[in-house]
Amino acid sequence: MTDSLTSALFSTVATAAAFLQPYEFSPTVLGVCLLAAGLYFRGLRRLNRKAGWDTLLFALGLVSIYLVLQTQIDYYSRFSFFMHRTQHLVLHHLGPFLIAASAPASVLLAGLPKYMIRIMSTLRARYPVITRPIRMIQAPFVSGFLFVAIIYFWLIPGIHFDAMLSLPLYNAMNWGMAIDGLMFWWMIFRQPPAGMLETRHYGVRLLVLFLVMFPQILLGAYIALSPTDLYPIYALCGRVLPINLLQEQALGGLVTWIPAAMMSVLGALVLLVRWSQSSKMVTTPPIVPEPAAQHTMHPMADPYTTT
Amino acid sequence: MQDLERDRRGKWLFLTLALSWLVIFTSGCSKQSVHWNATDISGIMAPLTFNLTDEHDRAVTGMDYRGHIVLLYFGYTFCPDVCPQTLTRLATALNSLGKQAEDVQVLFVSVDPNRDTPAVLNKYVRYFSPRIIGLTGTQSQLKAVTKRYRVAYSYGKGYPDKNSYYEVNHSASVYVFDPKGNARLLIDQQESSDQIAADLKQLILESSPRT
Repeated sequence: MTDSLTSALFSTVATAAAFLQPYEFSPTVLGVCLLAAGLYFRGLRRLNRKAGWDTLLFALGLVSIYLVLQTQIDYYSRFSFFMHRTQHLVLHHLGPFLIAASAPASVLLAGLPKYMIRIMSTLRARYPVITRPIRMIQAPFVSGFLFVAIIYFWLIPGIHFDAMLSLPLYNAMNWGMAIDGLMFWWMIFRQPPAGMLETRHYGVRLLVLFLVMFPQILLGAYIALSPTDLYPIYALCGRVLPINLLQEQALGGLVTWIPAAMMSVLGALVLLVRWSQSSKMVTTPPIVPEPAAQHTMHPMADPYTTT
Repeated sequence: MQDLERDRRGKWLFLTLALSWLVIFTSGCSKQSVHWNATDISGIMAPLTFNLTDEHDRAVTGMDYRGHIVLLYFGYTFCPDVCPQTLTRLATALNSLGKQAEDVQVLFVSVDPNRDTPAVLNKYVRYFSPRIIGLTGTQSQLKAVTKRYRVAYSYGKGYPDKNSYYEVNHSASVYVFDPKGNARLLIDQQESSDQIAADLKQLILESSPRT
């Protein structure tokens, strides 16, 4: 009895371990994830802060990105359109959403070695030009455009075909998705810089969230309802899921359509809650412990300020 | 005000850069002087390299087949439809090439080493054409080569019982490599044997322009 139980347990552990094995090990993905986690925990320690809800969000976001890239999920994503769309939903929407919503900037900065912060600030002071590209792609409408454009780009049938055959292109696609997702949700959840009119900021970001929904719905619906096989690569490279090819394409289209658009709604909810909280803070007189030490930052001190 | 102006100029600069990049990229992609019936995959797929066992139970590598135009196809001998149909199309194309067929080598890689021993493979490929070589390998060798060429294979119900019939899911594409080992074309299920023969003739002409 105990023998069969232990053997069952052993086989479960073995299956789980096999599932967690990367299909193609990438030292870069592992390195970047470990670095981010390391910086975050160093930052927490330095700030003398306990892990809270924001830590959980950050960890969930980071782990989800790692899991879709470095487990057998990646194997299925290479050979199944539905799994590919799910992988990109996590890479572009869910993971970066969680990371950006946890507002990790202050913790990550605190985790950086002091000399790196010094180098960064001297560079920024000496060559203010380098902040310009960041400001440009972090402009709400530019960022929203890029967010949608990158989804469309990799789903152009010819380009999708090549990306699924060429390893460098495939890696570029996944990295591009993760980086663009981080930039977009960072823009959405960034705390308005001090001195900036908050109402306008929240309004513009809500508008961008609303606008990026429609092209995603359009594309997802087009794929889901297409009667023809748009991505023949999946029929050629060997099937891994026991579903009909067109059904699988329809499922992939649905993933591009519904959960992707729902992330806009979720993002809007988070923004609305923050907005109402910040307006409450404005109406009630703030309790400032040391009024002498406080001074508001000049708006231009923030490199992301867009106007 | 001046800042606003600068920002606007920056945006235009960014847009023009993005557009010009797109134009360069797409023009680079559509540069096609010759017409291929199959899909052109030059520069996309990895060159010909693998470690496998041939039908005479000899260890072979991708280097052994360089110098020929190589057609690489994954399947298994118990395959009920796709493999025999594909191999027949390839064999018909090779027959229509006549003497030129000697420049072409078809490699049929069985992803079912459990049932496809070298002897079984030898008998199977002979049935189609003398220009086809049967290859197989250990699971780790097969995993490496399928990963390299971005295809998947898996076993259906019944595996690994040799006495029961089980299906093997595998890819349906044929990769074509030039004599230098560079991946050039991807033949799918749509191309007829005539179209395959035309593509192969073009490749032979390009790689060894005999006068």
